[in-house]
Amino acid sequence: MSEPVPRVSLAQLFGAFALIGVTSFGGGIVAYLRHALVERRRWLDEEEFMAALEISQTLPGLNSTNMSVIVGRKLRGPLGAVAAVLGMVLPGAAIVMVLGFAYVRFRHNPDVAIILAGVAAAAVGLLLQVTLKIGWRQLIKPRDLAFVVVVFFLVGVLHVSLVVTLACVAPLAIWLNRPSADAGKEAE
Amino acid sequence: MTKIVGLVNVFALLSLLAVGGGTAVLPQMKHDTADIHHWVTDTQFAEIYSLGQLAPGPNMTCVILIGYEVSGWVGAAAVLFAFFFPSSLLCYVVSSAWDSARGSPWRDAVQRGMAPIVIGLMLAGVYAVGKTSSFNLERGWEFNAITLAIGAAVVAVLTWTKLNPTLAILAGGAAGFFLLR
Repeated sequence: MSEPVPRVSLAQLFGAFALIGVTSFGGGIVAYLRHALVERRRWLDEEEFMAALEISQTLPGLNSTNMSVIVGRKLRGPLGAVAAVLGMVLPGAAIVMVLGFAYVRFRHNPDVAIILAGVAAAAVGLLLQVTLKIGWRQLIKPRDLAFVVVVFFLVGVLHVSLVVTLACVAPLAIWLNRPSADAGKEAE
Repeated sequence: MTKIVGLVNVFALLSLLAVGGGTAVLPQMKHDTADIHHWVTDTQFAEIYSLGQLAPGPNMTCVILIGYEVSGWVGAAAVLFAFFFPSSLLCYVVSSAWDSARGSPWRDAVQRGMAPIVIGLMLAGVYAVGKTSSFNLERGWEFNAITLAIGAAVVAVLTWTKLNPTLAILAGGAAGFFLLR
């Protein structure tokens, strides 16, 4: 924090995030962000990056757009945040629209239909793998696993609304992890 | 116009509920858009999600296709705004305040408490999409065996190699082309 914030123009911000937006594939956007912001451009140091990532993951919203907000704000204030988010989102959105049109045009072609079925099946695998990679710590800890199972059933199987689920489960989960409870456990 | 308002309401709420990223709101999103509002079918939803995996950038930008399906370009723009603006604004406000809360033990409590909830939501997301894409009761058992195998293969390959995920997705498409006919 002692180092002066580098002087970055809005166009540079937009460009940098747009470049990350079009070159990052498959959900591993954090790795691309780190490479571009910390290693290549040195707009943040390692510690600032981890702090920003921590906030991004805790708050609702996508990690990638939250990171854009935080880094944009840090470098250029409100307009910087807007430029960074637009850079992150717009290129991918444009490409998704093009893919969408191709899909509408060709979806009744039987070859395209089975290719898409294969793509969809693989996408499920990717999603499961990312979940396991992020969540293995929670899956091996009994108390956490209980929360995983309860939330899965409430939302996935019983279709309880997300608002209700979060309102019931989140306070309990945070309370069980409250600072004093943890200090007591360490003392044991 | 009422459709646009409906889209904005649904996606703005999803935006603020997306703790731990977009995957966490997939089941709720599928429920809202397919079961309640019938904007898309289950299959369309699963296919829109997989298109999102093929595009670069945040994988949830594919939500704009649901908006487009409902009311064209205006719908797409409305969903883009509704899904990305509320969480970004919240992040802007909270991250400013958060810097001053650095070191508070409650920050840790929130993070550790929310972690298993996020994983539960993500698994529910896998289940919501998988019910259509990996194990679809409207299809024959052979078809389902192949789609399940493709998914399992992707999990294995991405766990034990550093293959670019997009290539794994494209390989799934190729496998579908040759095996699912």
